[in-house]
Amino acid sequence: MTAVADQSVAAEVPAATGRPARKRRPTTVAGRWEWLWGLAFIAPTGLGLLVFYIWPVFQTLYYSFTEWGAFGGHVWVGTENYVKLLGDPEVLKALKNTLVYSGLVLLGVPVSLVLAALINTPGLRGAAVYRVLYFLPVVTMPAAVGMVWRWLYNGDLGLVNHVLSLIGISGQHWVADPRFALYATAVVGVWMTVGYNMVIFAAGLNGIPRDYYEAAELDGAGRIRQFFSITLPMLSPTAFFITVLTSIGALQVFDVIYLMLGTNSSALRNPAIDENKTIVFLFYERAFIDNDKGYAAAIAFVLLLVILVLTVIQFRAQKRWVHYA
Amino acid sequence: MPSRVDRRHTTWHVHLVLVVGALVMVAPLAWEFLTSVKSFGESVRVPPTILPETWDWSNYGKVFEAVPFGEQFLNTVLMTAGRTAGQLLMCSMAAYAFARLRFPGRDAFFLLFLSVLMVPSQLFLIPQYQIMQELGWLNSLPALIVPGMFSAFGTFLLRQFFLSLPKDLEEAAALDGANPLRIYWHVMLPLARPGLVALGILTVLWSWNDLLWPLVANNDPEKMTLSAGLATLKGEHLTDYPVLMAGSLLATLPVIAVFVVMQRRVLEGIAFTGTKG
Repeated sequence: MTAVADQSVAAEVPAATGRPARKRRPTTVAGRWEWLWGLAFIAPTGLGLLVFYIWPVFQTLYYSFTEWGAFGGHVWVGTENYVKLLGDPEVLKALKNTLVYSGLVLLGVPVSLVLAALINTPGLRGAAVYRVLYFLPVVTMPAAVGMVWRWLYNGDLGLVNHVLSLIGISGQHWVADPRFALYATAVVGVWMTVGYNMVIFAAGLNGIPRDYYEAAELDGAGRIRQFFSITLPMLSPTAFFITVLTSIGALQVFDVIYLMLGTNSSALRNPAIDENKTIVFLFYERAFIDNDKGYAAAIAFVLLLVILVLTVIQFRAQKRWVHYA
Repeated sequence: MPSRVDRRHTTWHVHLVLVVGALVMVAPLAWEFLTSVKSFGESVRVPPTILPETWDWSNYGKVFEAVPFGEQFLNTVLMTAGRTAGQLLMCSMAAYAFARLRFPGRDAFFLLFLSVLMVPSQLFLIPQYQIMQELGWLNSLPALIVPGMFSAFGTFLLRQFFLSLPKDLEEAAALDGANPLRIYWHVMLPLARPGLVALGILTVLWSWNDLLWPLVANNDPEKMTLSAGLATLKGEHLTDYPVLMAGSLLATLPVIAVFVVMQRRVLEGIAFTGTKG
């Protein structure tokens, strides 16, 4: 690639400047101070990332080995937080809840794939309208989404139970009942992500050459067959990308849990929250409500570990199902 | 090729599924609006009325009484604008350098940037809070804006975009004696408009909707953002759903409006990140 660039520059030099082509290093568009320009250009973001993102990771790592007193001071306690954490039923429960929630949200991925395939039906009228409608929940503020669904799920007055009663199903107190609250929030998690994933799948679908389908049609393959033998394999890299991103996002769920199940005042505490905290919710409570920042830091590192392990597993597993053309 | 009749047949089924799906997507938002214009008495009726008997707009006024909505709206606008402007400028600079300039340690720096992408944001939160505390920035606009101005994701996205651009124009500019700053500003930025639009849209969406950091950094109601303000509103009107719905709708309406107006660009931008990532 650079060789091509070299030639083009060398060839143009005489014409552009009228001077004979000198034997200089033509790849360095920026001249000999290029290294300084480069460093200067990355400096603003680089320094910002260093101060607000990279250094804090190490700081948090250090905090995870400390215990915090009531007045902000902290002392080194070694691995105590991690030892305590492994036997802490609240952490283990939050871990389980987070995994269950993420697993359920991932069920939305095949749904969005099917929707993308339907919306990409050649010659479908109103495809643009569908796309906008399905995308609305993605742009809606998650805090507002949590509030709306809390109302929809209301046990006595909610629309969900009203609709269920019309078809003869007696409703539940979806978000106030510890048995259902996590599943109810996972439905909202799917509702919020389906449109986003659908748009990315649709972009992937557009990248599949049309003649594949035409050839399949000539061979007499129906639409269903085409979906499984062309669309699905050709789309597997996109599906992999979406699966990884969706699970990383779902593992960090906070907003909807906070708004639907949590309360910032002691006025009326939702009985479901104690059973249905997720890892980030627990982190938030420990770090910024209880000021137990050392323990919170350790919890955050457990989440990092979970995300890393699951992502590595997904990358390993992709060899079995992802088809790179 | 399927016959004409056959195709219309398939399309009919496709529409049926898509319409049902669209209803599920839109119904909660429609219900949010309908509840927001009902009186409290009507909102708690069983079975519920669909359309309000009397359109009661007073709930929107109550939102302004319960929380300093005007201030929170302004805070959210300024936070979104500040973060977006900062990211567009600084990410594009870094992205240009990573894509086009040669300097010692470039690949190592780029890897360092990328590593930030892998880390869940909770790991930054406690030290970020302490930095703000030490600077005396808690409960202020800079706390909302500054940490969000630097983005590894934005740098990565724009770098990918710059790499896909042809080099002829910058080479011509370089031969005319333009330095990298001029090339970046006069040649690269105009070419990169689609990439900048994509990043801008994503940053606006994320900033406007961000909850955890604004909740942590600014807990004075006057200094909050709308998303954090909704939590306060919920504390004050725990069961007054018409007011809660009015507040939720007001908070989220600006981005929905931006999306509806710029839908093509937004969807293209999202699709772009999907194919570049």
